[in-house]
Amino acid sequence: MATRRPYMRPMAGWWRRNPFYLFYMLRESTAVFVTLYALQLLYGVYTLTVGQAAFEAWLARLQHPVYIVFHALALAAALLHAFTWFNVAPKAMPALYLGTRRVSDRTVVRVQFVIFFVVSAIMLGVALGG
Amino acid sequence: MTQKTIDIEVLRYNPEKDYKPSYQTFEVPFADETSVLQGLQYIKDQLDGSLTFRWSCRMEICGSCGMMINGVPNLTCSSFLRDYYPGKLRIEPLSHLPIERDLAVDQTDFLQKLESIHPYIIPKENQSVEEGPFKQTPAQRERFYQYSECINCLLCYAACPQYGLDSDFLGPAAMALLHRYNSDSRDDGKAERMPIVNAQEGVWACTLVGYCSEVCPKGVDPASAVNRNKVNSTLDYFFRFMAPKGAAE
Ligand code: SF4
Ligand code: FES
Repeated sequence: MATRRPYMRPMAGWWRRNPFYLFYMLRESTAVFVTLYALQLLYGVYTLTVGQAAFEAWLARLQHPVYIVFHALALAAALLHAFTWFNVAPKAMPALYLGTRRVSDRTVVRVQFVIFFVVSAIMLGVALGG
Repeated sequence: MTQKTIDIEVLRYNPEKDYKPSYQTFEVPFADETSVLQGLQYIKDQLDGSLTFRWSCRMEICGSCGMMINGVPNLTCSSFLRDYYPGKLRIEPLSHLPIERDLAVDQTDFLQKLESIHPYIIPKENQSVEEGPFKQTPAQRERFYQYSECINCLLCYAACPQYGLDSDFLGPAAMALLHRYNSDSRDDGKAERMPIVNAQEGVWACTLVGYCSEVCPKGVDPASAVNRNKVNSTLDYFFRFMAPKGAAE
């Protein structure tokens, strides 16, 4: 009878082994930008409680190129985060049925995108027009 | 016309001699219709009879021929050498599972997990033969059919880094099969299975990498089974709060 000596391969660096894993790590890391953005927005709200001068100083600081680059990155991260989650949403929610027919994953994803664009357009309209 | 050949690099491991696995390359002639599995069989028949790997049906049914081909979990019987030409192939045993010998992995862990989820219909009351079979409408069947397509090939386990990092995680296929029985209108075993879902090693070890569903050759979408059960697990938690004795549903 042959000897058994099962070999376990190491996991170190697993996320570099496959483009799919790399993208997963990218998706997860968007949380860092979203957190930083939320923190600085919170700080802005805080300056409001301090007074008008503090708030305007904060607004002026946001004009700095570093902040603009940061906001561009944060926007990109937030969009990537949202879109990847739209794509996996059908896996996380109960299967939907219209009568006896299952609503396809693709339909679920598309409906989310439509809602996203409609709501974004309305908000943009309000922000720019109001 | 001379026959085309392709290099197949195989991870070899002999537990009686080798301290750790190492690669060995073979040159294999192939035609348009030669599967990767046939390439390995050529090596075993013509070049090195000691090469160890599993297969049976050669038609995506038995689930025993899964391996890593160039780092991607795949069934070797339905992958073709022509698709890798003029490059070469690197074939390894399925990731995240212990290597028994060469390309054969130890499946014990999965088999125990499969047993633990009670992969059979647990009826509310047994029905005698005279009473006839349990009936089901096509709509009821539709609710679980996709999950019953699993062939236990373990490609999804090789795709799941969370399982690789902590093999206590129940994993994609076992959860898909658990969901298959819980979603069956003839089954009443949900209360027995929910503790397995709710455990930290149940659905909550999953971070929705999603690669399991990507590599599944049968369209089972095990990631959906795991993640739909996160919802079920949360509901189950609240229902148990409100009705200490009865489980959800
Ligand atoms: S869920 Fe798919 S990949 Fe996983 S064992 Fe079943 S058939 Fe194979
Ligand atoms: S040999 Fe049976 S699935 Fe490939």
